Amino acid sequence: MLAWMAWTWETAAFFGLIAAALMILTLLAIYRPETPRRGILRFPTTRGDRFFVTLLGSAFIYIIWMRFGGGDLWYPLAISIAFGIAMFRFA
Amino acid sequence: MMDKPWNNKAWFFILPVLALVLFSSVLPVMTVVNYSLQDSMGVNNFFWNGDAWFRDLLDPSTEIGARFADALLRTFAFSFAALAVEIPLGIAVALCLPRRGWAVGISLVVTALPMLIPWNVVGTMWQIFARQDIGLFGAALTGIGLPYNVTQDSVSAWVTIVVIDVWHWTPLVILLSYAGLRAIPDAYYQAARIDGASRWAVFVNIELPKLRKVLVIAVLLRFMQTFMIYTEPVVVTGGGPGSATTFLSIDLVKIAIGQVDVGSAAAMSLVYYIIILTACWIFFTIMTQLERRGDS
Repeated sequence: MLAWMAWTWETAAFFGLIAAALMILTLLAIYRPETPRRGILRFPTTRGDRFFVTLLGSAFIYIIWMRFGGGDLWYPLAISIAFGIAMFRFA
Repeated sequence: MMDKPWNNKAWFFILPVLALVLFSSVLPVMTVVNYSLQDSMGVNNFFWNGDAWFRDLLDPSTEIGARFADALLRTFAFSFAALAVEIPLGIAVALCLPRRGWAVGISLVVTALPMLIPWNVVGTMWQIFARQDIGLFGAALTGIGLPYNVTQDSVSAWVTIVVIDVWHWTPLVILLSYAGLRAIPDAYYQAARIDGASRWAVFVNIELPKLRKVLVIAVLLRFMQTFMIYTEPVVVTGGGPGSATTFLSIDLVKIAIGQVDVGSAAAMSLVYYIIILTACWIFFTIMTQLERRGDS
């Protein structure tokens, strides 16, 4: 099964991180329940919404970076992290 | 903000669905991610290829990049064209349908008929229908002197594909709009009549706002289905003439199955997936916001 799915440690780490993040969000939802709040996105968001927007936005940051011939992938990573922090703080 | 407490036990009821989705969607998507970063030689022999597939795909100066950019543009153009016809037409027809009496059932069933026909059958029907020698549609257009040829003229091919989609799926918009119209209480119309509102004013100020929720659903469903259109162009035009009707899904199948270029195809399907996911999320957010506003 693992051979069939052509796993590499990099992709396993990627999905592992997402799974861990979902687990943390679940635990937070159980032990630190929250109410949605309205931020710069103009509609109420929860932690899960902000996490989703961060991931989706990061994908587009990488796509746009590569589309316009960007070099090293550490730059879009930095932009994505900044974007994620902004989302969690202000959205 | 929260009106009623959430009972999280409900999550247990969707566990079976989650398990199913895991096998039908999540694991395949993970595999596609794995493929998109590797190059394959022979059967199940993979080499790490980093971001090279994505760089090729997103760079319009490469062969695959140019193909992808063109197909993406074509797919957006097709979705836009189909929606621009289907949504206004659907609303217009829904407004004309009878509201009471024996004709309601008949007209609804007749309206819904095209939706019951499978995609490839629709394609085959239209392929014959559009032929110049034996097809009624093609022969008629040729007869009145229009330059119509699905296999050689890209405008004809485009028009045909859009007309097929309009014919096949406007009924969905009609039925949704009709349901939305029927849900408007009579009191609104009575008030409009007392105020002496024109038919247009009734449409703009009463019917259209009340239809907003069903129209969002209609636009979402039609966008998703037109954005992944595959069968009709493959059956009717084969993606041609040239590559005039080669939409993203067709190109994807050509690369993945025709050329067995798994890495490229995986990268392409992931970018495709991200676009669809974004569209879904936007529509979902609009819909939940409309619902919340409707509650308060």
